[in-house]
Amino acid sequence: MTESLLAILFAAPLVAVVVSFGMRSARLAEYVTVVAAMVDLLVSVPLLVRVLNGPVTLAHSYLRLDLLGAWVILCISIVYTLSSIYAVGYMRLLDEEKRLPLFYGLFSGFAFTMLAACVTNNVGVFWIAIELTTLISTFLVGFEREAESTEAAWKYIVVVSGGISLALLGTVLFYWAGSFVLGPTYAMTWAALHTSAPAVYPPLLLVSFLLVLVGYGTKAGLAPMHTWLPDAHSEAPAPVSAMLSGALLNASMLGIARFLAVVSGTSVSRFAHSAVVGFGIFSFVIAALFIVRQTGIKRLMAYSSVEHIGVQALGLGFGGVFGVAGALYHMLNHSLNKSLMFFGAGNAMRAYGTKEISGIRHVLRAFPVSGTLWLLGAVGIAGAPPFALFLSEFTVLRAGIGGRYRWAAIVFVVFLIVVFIGFLAHFRAMYFDDAPQQQVRPLSGLVWRTLPMWLAFVPLLVLGLWWPRGLWEVFTKISFQLMGGSQ
Amino acid sequence: MFLAHVNPLQASIFSSLAIVSLLLAFVMLGSHWLRNYVYAFAAQSWLIAALSAAVGYFGGYPELYVIAVLTALFRGLVLPYLLMRIIARLNVKRELHAVLQPSSSLVLGAFLVMFAFVIANHMNFQSLLSTHVVVLALTIMLSMKFLGFLMLAVRDEAVSQILGLLVLENGIFLGSQILVPGMPLLIEIVILFDLLIVVACFGMLVRFLVVHAGTTSSRELNRLVG
Repeated sequence: MTESLLAILFAAPLVAVVVSFGMRSARLAEYVTVVAAMVDLLVSVPLLVRVLNGPVTLAHSYLRLDLLGAWVILCISIVYTLSSIYAVGYMRLLDEEKRLPLFYGLFSGFAFTMLAACVTNNVGVFWIAIELTTLISTFLVGFEREAESTEAAWKYIVVVSGGISLALLGTVLFYWAGSFVLGPTYAMTWAALHTSAPAVYPPLLLVSFLLVLVGYGTKAGLAPMHTWLPDAHSEAPAPVSAMLSGALLNASMLGIARFLAVVSGTSVSRFAHSAVVGFGIFSFVIAALFIVRQTGIKRLMAYSSVEHIGVQALGLGFGGVFGVAGALYHMLNHSLNKSLMFFGAGNAMRAYGTKEISGIRHVLRAFPVSGTLWLLGAVGIAGAPPFALFLSEFTVLRAGIGGRYRWAAIVFVVFLIVVFIGFLAHFRAMYFDDAPQQQVRPLSGLVWRTLPMWLAFVPLLVLGLWWPRGLWEVFTKISFQLMGGSQ
Repeated sequence: MFLAHVNPLQASIFSSLAIVSLLLAFVMLGSHWLRNYVYAFAAQSWLIAALSAAVGYFGGYPELYVIAVLTALFRGLVLPYLLMRIIARLNVKRELHAVLQPSSSLVLGAFLVMFAFVIANHMNFQSLLSTHVVVLALTIMLSMKFLGFLMLAVRDEAVSQILGLLVLENGIFLGSQILVPGMPLLIEIVILFDLLIVVACFGMLVRFLVVHAGTTSSRELNRLVG
């Protein structure tokens, strides 16, 4: 049963890729992508339920689905669904009718590689999957073929390839370290790393972990390795920005979480957690400062992603049930909220014909409904109740205050306030500042562009008011697996 | 662990292959001419292929012969060919604006190698028996990482950046042949193929850069800041 669910999960985007490339019809590609994404979303929920009672190993133990992997799959499928619906409306505005099948093919391929990263049992294959996400998404980032987007794509691939090669070095060193315990040749699985880690010479283990952390941290957008992120997120078409921010960062965080779990039973555990907390708080502070003085609308959203990936790193680094639960809940909430924000930003950019915040004024006049959703989303992403990000940030904070990293928790609170003021100041200007009457281009595809915003907003509000008991159970189980070693 | 009982002859074969590869990285660092980079990279790849074969022969890992052939084929022939095509298309023969003169980057590179040696020395404790080869492999692995990043940092041309990334990968590959010859074959082959795709992607992007951004020098890619 789990096998067939997994088969459907991977077959759906694959079919979308083949149909998009094969049929060369823009309309067909759009609909196939939306259907594939919805199928993935429908499948990802029962998958999560099926692994509640323990991980499932498949295909001669090449694939292994555990609760954490299933959770990230759920987050990715949600973003895939929302952004493929939004893409139908948005991409038609670009006047690139001929290249649309190419876009949707790459789009589904991108989703496929991210999903693959979640289920692989092999540490090397995980690295390859993450590397492939870069290669595919580079062309999505550069899709608009302007000077800026090409520059962003180039910086993206150079910085991320360099960073991810550090993760490969770390992986090789992990394998080498394990060979002292398990013999020269063994399967490169997560379980093997868990078994060998406690017996490895600590400095070697630490260097390997730090390399992996920096490597996948580059891909996750942790500062100071985040430099590619604002460029890529701001220059990609809006649905791709949502995928990069809401899904790709999660897939890379999965790698960090898994490796953190590997070293958490060992003597370097404390240092490793401190390193993750350090990167988390540094990302948060850097992002907060850039948010305050940002001028580009999508760069604002991009720095907000750096901020929220910092929060997730903080949660994982603080550890404990609260820390892990907060980080994972934050992952879901951020995926929903950031998709909403990028969709709103895409609408505004197309209508006002500018990427600058200063060029966007009186949003509510141009977008009465989706503008309201966007504004509420901004309040949510700044961390205000009653939206879900408030709950998850509060949980992360709760984990930090009680533990060894109280200083980080205090810095976190201070800069949360900075972000709140800085972020909402930009929105106040866009909504309520006086400005001369502007040319606003009417946009087509209203339903396609507004529906996903509703679909993101409603769960955001619901999850902010009510933390389902079932989710809490999932998080508790994941945090025990992460702390106790899932084997 | 086969490194525990290598004899002096084998150890010196491995070491000399590894050290010459490191020297080739310095050749890249010390030259302005894009063609020289590619030749040095190709030679380095052939040496790594020879190293794979040697480890396979002495250590009794027949599957490493496959790796050796594939390395020579992909890294030694196909990648240099692709890179030469990119260079021919670009009409750029040499680095024009070096942030660092070749001589100073060589000195900096030498310091980075020393730093790599210090780290490697700290990491190696469990394998006291074969300290020399292991420390050497770790040192070269790390120093090629550093040199690759140095090349990325001080060179502007798109082709030099691709080569910097390839040096990063070569370093890992070289080290892994000595340290973990038993690493699953599948992974190594996939990583080799992956590299091919990477370079193909870079080739396409370089073309986009020329057409849409009008430059292949990262110095002039400065539209996106802040």
